[in-house]
Amino acid sequence: MNPTDINDPEYFHGVIDCQLACPAHTPVPEYIRLIAEKKYADAYMINWESNVFPGILGRICDRPCEPACRRGRVEEKAVAICRLKRVCADNKEDVSGRLPDVSKKKNGKKIALIGGGPASLTVARDLLPMGYKVDLYDDQASAGGFVRSQVPSFRLPEKVLNEEVNVILNMGVTTHLKTYIASLKEFLTRGYDAIFIGTGAPRGRDLDLPGRQAGKLFIHIGIQWLASVQYGHIKKSEKITLVIGGGNTAMDCCRTARRLGGKEVKVIIRGTRENMKASPWEIEDAISEDIPILENLSPIEFVMENDRLKGTMFQRLQPDSDGDPEKVFIPCDEVLLAVGQQNAFPWIEKDTGLVFDDAGRPRVNKITFQSDLAHVFFGGDAAFGPKNVITAVAHGHEAAISIDLFCNGRDLTQRPLPFTTLAGQKMGMKDWMYNSAVSGEERQNVPMAPKVKSIKDRLMEVELGFNPQIGLKESRRCLNCDVQTVFNVKECIECDACVDICPTTCINFLKNGPEEDLRSRLSMPAKNKSQPLYVSDLLPTGRVMVKDEDVCLHCGLCAEKCPTAAWDMQKFTYKPPKAGQR
Amino acid sequence: MSSRRPVFRHPNLPKNDLGYTRRDYEGLDSTLCAGCGHDSITNAIIQACFELSIEPHRVAKLSGIGCSSKSPAYFLGKSHGINAVHGRMPSVATGANMANKDLLYIGVSGDGDTASIGMGQFVHIVRRNLNMVYIVMNNGCYGLTKGQDSATADKGSSSRKGRPNPFEAIDLCETAVQTGAGFVARGFSGDKEQLVPLLKAAMGHRGFALVDVISPCVTFNNTPASTKSYHWARDHMEATATFDFIPSRQEITTDYVEGATQNVTLHDGSVIRLHKTDNSFDVTQRWSSLEAMEQCREKGQILTGILHVNETLKDTHDILETTDKPLNTLTEKDLCPGNQVLTKISENYR
Repeated sequence: MNPTDINDPEYFHGVIDCQLACPAHTPVPEYIRLIAEKKYADAYMINWESNVFPGILGRICDRPCEPACRRGRVEEKAVAICRLKRVCADNKEDVSGRLPDVSKKKNGKKIALIGGGPASLTVARDLLPMGYKVDLYDDQASAGGFVRSQVPSFRLPEKVLNEEVNVILNMGVTTHLKTYIASLKEFLTRGYDAIFIGTGAPRGRDLDLPGRQAGKLFIHIGIQWLASVQYGHIKKSEKITLVIGGGNTAMDCCRTARRLGGKEVKVIIRGTRENMKASPWEIEDAISEDIPILENLSPIEFVMENDRLKGTMFQRLQPDSDGDPEKVFIPCDEVLLAVGQQNAFPWIEKDTGLVFDDAGRPRVNKITFQSDLAHVFFGGDAAFGPKNVITAVAHGHEAAISIDLFCNGRDLTQRPLPFTTLAGQKMGMKDWMYNSAVSGEERQNVPMAPKVKSIKDRLMEVELGFNPQIGLKESRRCLNCDVQTVFNVKECIECDACVDICPTTCINFLKNGPEEDLRSRLSMPAKNKSQPLYVSDLLPTGRVMVKDEDVCLHCGLCAEKCPTAAWDMQKFTYKPPKAGQR
Repeated sequence: MSSRRPVFRHPNLPKNDLGYTRRDYEGLDSTLCAGCGHDSITNAIIQACFELSIEPHRVAKLSGIGCSSKSPAYFLGKSHGINAVHGRMPSVATGANMANKDLLYIGVSGDGDTASIGMGQFVHIVRRNLNMVYIVMNNGCYGLTKGQDSATADKGSSSRKGRPNPFEAIDLCETAVQTGAGFVARGFSGDKEQLVPLLKAAMGHRGFALVDVISPCVTFNNTPASTKSYHWARDHMEATATFDFIPSRQEITTDYVEGATQNVTLHDGSVIRLHKTDNSFDVTQRWSSLEAMEQCREKGQILTGILHVNETLKDTHDILETTDKPLNTLTEKDLCPGNQVLTKISENYR
């Protein structure tokens, strides 16, 4: 293999698994260290810079960082990154003085945001400090989009949502709420320099089955039903409620139904629990609220009796079984359909110049988020279909970069580069600027509100979050993957001290070879191919140093035991590019 | 300040025949200097014991005084251990071995502990052929007292102080061969590919096995003019032969060319197979081993590998014709034959 180029900003970025996995590339270890130092506001601001909604995401994020977390590869459970984010949001002091100054001097450019969800708000946040005038349009009475209408209050209290949405609105967004844009064609004539469309994927999929029309009073589309509950139009649930679907919306539906008086709430899925789309922790929460999940059932008919829903007929899906499929009747008073969401743009005319595919999605450049109309950009679920909040935020950042380049007449493909630094952490002989000791503590459980109480009140938050003590314990579990082991081949005397001390047998000195061959010859073969090998230049003995990054604990012992400081621990910071950066 | 080794190990650590991982053979965290060769030897011992599936509770570690003699704390944390007086590890090892001949005795000593204060003890334990592995972590200096030249420092070699050593060096391997050791080997801490099999072979040998390991002292004796430095050792290493160590359980399948290969079957049935470059060398002959070592010395080379094996020698217990049972298991009944037998014996002397 060729020697690893550690000057490539993506190399060490790849070693920080959580940051790489985060669509917005939040510097996770950096803010977790600040939590350990009780610098909650500092930790919050690092999050705010990157993911815009730390308090919201600290509760409802999809957490792509956690399955990626290195800790999950050396022991059972990853660091509770999401809940730590909430610790900084819950415990921070006033941060209003730290928010960016919004330039009073406007740059003369006018931007419209259609849809008031996280993607649009991110665009607003990124563009306002640079002097853009930002108009936000949403058909609801307050901004927040699906986070407001879909996410039940027992997972995300309205207060938390309002706080973080208002921070952005107060930066100087001109809001046009309760304003439904009925025609893009007309809107295009309003003279905006750029338009960002972040209207989400607002259409819940329906099931066209016998009895669907007759039972329409008792059968609801999940996302619409959730919104009606959030806005107070629906206050009560029937006695027996079936929720059909296995995604996070289904989990929100069933738990909400329990809180609205549903005595028996069941989730019905076509596949098995292992293959459910919902996040594992949301499934666990539903089950702990006495909601059974019935597997391998596909609905075939809604059965009515005396103008009331009597039940639903299902067909058992059993792979590899011959014979007639078994029919299963489940009595119920109400059905909530949570079988997927679709994009829908009824307000966009066919002849505006935008191109849509068969799934109803606009043709959008995956890097620039620009559509076929040069000054119209898409982001969030509206761009590539339903994903999650953190992805919408990441889209917003990229779209803001594009809009800024576009408004300055620059090439949208010449995007600003990430900003990286690499800084030594040595303080003394065995002393580093980070806490290099590896905690053996297991993942901390999050305290919950008592079930008897929370099940009766849909506004009562279920998770209480970590208190500062538990937060400290949990934050110490972080392995500081951003503090990198940097190898200086010229200093190495090949004494093997690093090989001998490395607790996880990552470091090897051996004859070079092709990657496959090297991976197999390491003292612990490097089987996780998603993790890179760090290969040095040739050493005096004709060998190379090969480090498997897979389970490195970043404990710094290689550097402490190195007599010539050929190993050094250096903190790598990776800041994704921002709008306005050239 | 961290330095404490984390609790986590590689999740896929292999297990040996006993179901143990390498971790089960580890000891406490080392407090030796960064880059010390002794830590590498420690790890080679851990690896060898792991690979041989040695039961940790069947091992006794012995040492004297010095940096080297601290290291038994850093391996086999679940084994027995005695840290003896300076240079007196051989006597303590002899006593322990007399009491229980069934344990594997691993002695760790340094060049000071062995070649200076313990020289008298060393040659006599070799003479008596005590069944043990005697590892010398040889760095040519007294690291614990700021790096004075030791008795194994080569004439003309200079440590960090910069003054060439004016005295002749003791070659422990030659001394051991001359005083009748049945297994003599030399390794280098920076070459575990050779050192681990050397240690395994030494553990398979019955009788006294010396493994002299060049172990650079990074703090005091790793200068370009030192013959015990990493650099020097790498540049001047010469091997008697490459060799395979084939444990007793493993079937010997490969063919070999007669003459260039020499097989030596050890007491426990394992085999050392040497692949030699020079047919004149016979590892089982004292004169041949001494000749090879002297020739290398003449050329300024360090001869490594298995230098001498003789499986025909009797160990101390054989020589003394002790009972097969370990002495510490003998009860009063075994040791006091009773009045009747005593009377009979007394009768013989009337």
